[in-house]
Amino acid sequence: MRSGINDFAFKLASVNGTGSASSSILLMQAIFRMGVPVSGKNLFPSNIQGLPTWYEIRVNKDGYTARAPQYDLMVAMNAQTYARDVAEVRSGGYLVYDSTWPLDPDLFRDDVTFIGVPLARLCNENFQGARERILVKNIACAGVLIALLNIDEEIVEQLLDEKFSKKKALRDSNTKALQLGRNFVRENYSCPLPFHLEKMDGNKDKMLIDGNSMAALGAIYAGATVAAWYPITPATSVMDNFKSYADKFRKDKETGESNFIFIQAEDELAAIGMVIGASWNGARSFTSTSGPGISLMNELLGLAYYAEIPAVIVDVQRVGPSTGMPTRTQQGDILECAYASHGDTKHILLFAANPSECFDFTVRAFDLAEQFQTPVFMLSDLDIGMNDWVTPKVKWDDNYRPNRGLVLTAEQLEAMPKFHRYLPEEGTNVPARTLPGIHPNGAFFTRGSGHNKYGGYTEVPAEYQEVMDRLLLKHKEAAKSVPPAEIVKRPGATVGIISLGGCDPAVREAADIASKEGNPTDYMRIRAFPFGEEVEKFLADHEYCFIVEQNRDAQLRTLLLLETNVAKEKLRSVLNYSGFPLSARTVLDAIAAQVEELDAVNR
Amino acid sequence: MPSIVKPRVAHPSLKRNDVGLTVRDYEGQMSTLCAGCGHDSITAGITRALWELSIPPHMIAKMSGIGCSSKTPTYFVNGAHGFNSAHGRMPAIATGANAANKELTYVGVSGDGDSLSIGLGHLCHAIRRNLKMLYVIENNGVYGLTKGQFSASADVGTKSKKGEVNLMAPIDPVMLALSIGATFVARSFSGDKEQLVPILKAALSHRGLALVDVISPCVTFNDHEGSTRSYIYTRQHLHEATESNFVPPAREIVAEIARQGGTNVTMHDGSVIHFSRVPDNYDVSDRKAAMDYIREHPAEVVTGILYADESVPEMHEMNKTPSTALAHLPYEKLCPGSAILDKLQASYR
Repeated sequence: MRSGINDFAFKLASVNGTGSASSSILLMQAIFRMGVPVSGKNLFPSNIQGLPTWYEIRVNKDGYTARAPQYDLMVAMNAQTYARDVAEVRSGGYLVYDSTWPLDPDLFRDDVTFIGVPLARLCNENFQGARERILVKNIACAGVLIALLNIDEEIVEQLLDEKFSKKKALRDSNTKALQLGRNFVRENYSCPLPFHLEKMDGNKDKMLIDGNSMAALGAIYAGATVAAWYPITPATSVMDNFKSYADKFRKDKETGESNFIFIQAEDELAAIGMVIGASWNGARSFTSTSGPGISLMNELLGLAYYAEIPAVIVDVQRVGPSTGMPTRTQQGDILECAYASHGDTKHILLFAANPSECFDFTVRAFDLAEQFQTPVFMLSDLDIGMNDWVTPKVKWDDNYRPNRGLVLTAEQLEAMPKFHRYLPEEGTNVPARTLPGIHPNGAFFTRGSGHNKYGGYTEVPAEYQEVMDRLLLKHKEAAKSVPPAEIVKRPGATVGIISLGGCDPAVREAADIASKEGNPTDYMRIRAFPFGEEVEKFLADHEYCFIVEQNRDAQLRTLLLLETNVAKEKLRSVLNYSGFPLSARTVLDAIAAQVEELDAVNR
Repeated sequence: MPSIVKPRVAHPSLKRNDVGLTVRDYEGQMSTLCAGCGHDSITAGITRALWELSIPPHMIAKMSGIGCSSKTPTYFVNGAHGFNSAHGRMPAIATGANAANKELTYVGVSGDGDSLSIGLGHLCHAIRRNLKMLYVIENNGVYGLTKGQFSASADVGTKSKKGEVNLMAPIDPVMLALSIGATFVARSFSGDKEQLVPILKAALSHRGLALVDVISPCVTFNDHEGSTRSYIYTRQHLHEATESNFVPPAREIVAEIARQGGTNVTMHDGSVIHFSRVPDNYDVSDRKAAMDYIREHPAEVVTGILYADESVPEMHEMNKTPSTALAHLPYEKLCPGSAILDKLQASYR
């Protein structure tokens, strides 16, 4: 049985646009600074103001960060969703509600302790102005949680000092609101609750950051100078952050000049076009987008693939198809990215599972794109990209230099009798390229139309095929350069779990639980496409494998079936495509159900 | 696109430009367009203009989309880099290319299908960004490669080769560009080299995006009776609103022109457009006057440099990029290093 100390979850139900997210983030930060591993999920609507929004916070001393399996405490501040929120509390749990108004007796539950706090009344009595009253209510609510969950007050004070260092009036009203909530519960209820926080040392060398910030930082460190994009949830903060880091780190202090250019394009067609134009001209260039943007980019991704031009695309996946649910998470772009564009195309994909990998993989995406002269997708998702995670700090090697791939210098071109764009050295698959303006001998005509290995226009079957065949070999060759799958083996395991990206925290937790229950499984987290030899081996070594992913159509499973030798019946799917992040419970239940089914068949 | 290699024999007495090259050095492959195509005359005009301006061929980037017009970059300046991209996307790709390397001269060649239909949005936004480039629209009112469909520039009442009459209002690239803040707008006729070459030279010297709409009859699909883009129709309705000459920077002739009077526009690089004829009440720096003038002559093909404004910053100036091309910045200038990363990460708590 859980002790509940540093191991519980709570959920705040509120209305968006009222400042609820910032008070939730304040709580997250305070818990993080107490040294307690914590994870938060902002489950928000695609709307500016007035619709239901939730923020879940899970505290787990062992560092499990997947979505909480159940809620010990619900803070139900939204009358619209009240019935739903009451129903979600675990039996024996607690619920905080605004007791300014009487609660509908139908919504009481015998197995839940109700904590009434007259937040609206307290705020109305102590603050002026409708907007302020609404905003401070969330802070007063944070005060309630400080008392109930034993959140360190000194740390909260410090956070407020940092946040409002230049806004004294706001600092004062926040303190006042915090105290109103805190004092009321202390005077009327027994605090803290049985489950609560105690300081520990669980966050050493870690930080609290979202994946989009880290992807942006990766682009800065990789040396990207041309950023082109079109705003889209949930990828917008990649570029917002890139801009603010670039303004900070890429501006010449003396001249005020910017060592980067930031272009908000007219659409995603243009955004990828700009990336391709800039990369063709030798700049490191990238775009960030989500599924609908990838759909639009398909046309020019084929051009970049066929004309062999580097491009980096950060795809923060959201729920599709069509507009889908823009503020909900999914892994629905796997196949779309793998084979983006008409005709025969195959791309390099990197699947980040956390903010640290968003950084590393973005840097690697630039190297791979230039090494293989082709588009590279760095895929994350809304959950990784927009939520704050306790994540290891990344290390930067100051000896790192970009891998620019085969680019001929003026001296090399001078010594060259004739340059042929698509003619690689014997036994290799990547030809050298030239950059415009470097040397007269390097000039050539880039085209998306049929071309032969010399770069000339062709409609001759054999000449066309020769180039296409080499492109396939080039893609295969990339398997040796992409991040290998991460494999965790357990003694006695015969079954494998295969997953990718944002499923990782839930799958790891599920595998640990299964192992403790006597059902050890091996785990392979795929981190890139094309698949390396280790993927083929893992598939061969296991009787059967469960593929855990967040989409309806089992896209990773399909990709494995298409691109490895694995037999179809070996791969069984565990799918979650609700739009909410995966929990370990979902994984375990789905696997248990399938094992039962398999056993029944075998019996 | 298919192309035929042109024999390259230059007569020793051919004139050389400032970088020691003859006009033959600015030629490309043999054209594979239909004999008599207006586009080939424009190709000749571009060849001439680039040679006269002495731009080293390898410092030229030829950008195009898809269509008959977009094939033509193969037919000029063999020694330049070319990028024949995707239908309508040339402005986007040119924007990225220009963003990465401001040191090159960008020559974009597009058509009315490429720029006024599939790529209309990209054209508009390239104009708004005012990236420094020559943007030529080879405007024939018709889709040639797909055999004769109307384009968005076809006039109301114009007849297709099959006898169909267009009933939809055309998009006029000149009026469009003027209405969204273009900083250099000109129109010419492929059959008038005397006018076209100086316009192209002025456009190439413009501070930002220079849009040159060139009426270019399609001999195969749009040169018949009832067409408003035929040679005959265009010649009959041609109306040269402004007459101008282009004077390169730092030449004595500049002073001479100043003495002569007339209207001059001094370009950002010091060169001058000398207008020897501008209608009364028409000011080439007055956007409204230009639009009014075109509206007042609905039945005519109004040509010349119709509007020029050298005061608007181009894309790099707006973005305050350094004088070195972004693509040439050393990595050391771009990476903030481990100490800054450590400090930054420590703040995320």
